[in-house]
Amino acid sequence: MLTLTSPVETPLHHWPAGAKLLLVAAGTMVIFALPDWRWGLGALALIAAGYLALGQDFARTGLRLLRPLWPFLLVLAVWHLWLQEPGRGVLLASRMFAAVALANLVTMTTRLDAMMAVIQRLLTPLARFGLRPEVVALSIALVIRFVPVLLDKATQLRQSWRARSPKTPAASIILPLAVLALDDADHVAEALRARGGL
Amino acid sequence: MERNITHIALFAALIAVLGLVPKIDLISGVPITAQSLGIMLCGTVLGARRGALAVLLFLGLVAAGLPLLSGGRGGLGVFAGPSVGYLVGFPIAAFVAGLVVERWKVSIGIASFAGAVLGGIVVMHIFGIIGMSIMLGKSLTEAAMLAVPFIAGDLLKSGLAAGITRGLARARPASVLSRN
Repeated sequence: MLTLTSPVETPLHHWPAGAKLLLVAAGTMVIFALPDWRWGLGALALIAAGYLALGQDFARTGLRLLRPLWPFLLVLAVWHLWLQEPGRGVLLASRMFAAVALANLVTMTTRLDAMMAVIQRLLTPLARFGLRPEVVALSIALVIRFVPVLLDKATQLRQSWRARSPKTPAASIILPLAVLALDDADHVAEALRARGGL
Repeated sequence: MERNITHIALFAALIAVLGLVPKIDLISGVPITAQSLGIMLCGTVLGARRGALAVLLFLGLVAAGLPLLSGGRGGLGVFAGPSVGYLVGFPIAAFVAGLVVERWKVSIGIASFAGAVLGGIVVMHIFGIIGMSIMLGKSLTEAAMLAVPFIAGDLLKSGLAAGITRGLARARPASVLSRN
């Protein structure tokens, strides 16, 4: 499974994940405290410059990750042009893009295992409440393995549906998918128990 | 114990897969993501606590950088975007859905439908609307207008969740942990 980490190596890739997370948290608070639209556009320009400084391909990927925001931009544009307060609209939109782009910067420059290590570290205090770190690690590994397995099964079910029906596969394949998957989960549970359990 | 872990991991993966499987057209022409169906199923099948844990596990992987949200979204950015309220609502929605199925001792189909509607629609949209209202600087009523177009699809998904849960209760009764 592909992660969102950029394969283009940048200097930011070598920063410790925890430090990047703290910086982004602080940066996000600043972004949400910006007073008016000039500051908003300024922050956005600063982040865009940061992306470009890390390379053109990198910036292009970063831009692609912002695609889900365009519908919201449309809503903001229509809304604030109608209300005739474009300044507020520009502030809200630039704030939205800046905050998401900044957060994506961490995701794009941090490898999955480094991020997992941070999450694990954040979860260690919960061990006192019975959430054992090794159980969390195992569950994460299981999900990462289950996703492609389930996708495979879904594809097979869709193909066997196509072979039998002129209609496109509908939601009715979800039940057999879930049944197949539950059986798999039971087998994995038995295998874990057979190897000494958790 | 082992069974709980594998089921929680499995349903976390199921949420992802339902978001990734290309257009399961619920209403022809309108591509509705089935991701929230996965959230509902976590609650109605696994029960409140395990369902919420499965959703949290899924969100943890998304935050770590896996593109598991519908449309291949993921990473920290989605938690800074306008739909963050829905993500916060995900585990609570699953918890509420599970709680209804656990506590309301009517037939599993009816309880699942009620749970899916209460958790997967009411709770989910309350959080989502509050989130959009904060992130987009709109009043709650204005933000609610953005959520209205999705309610019809959500009702359909609640029906599906109820049907699937009932089907599972027949096919694999031991696996419907919310009623065990």
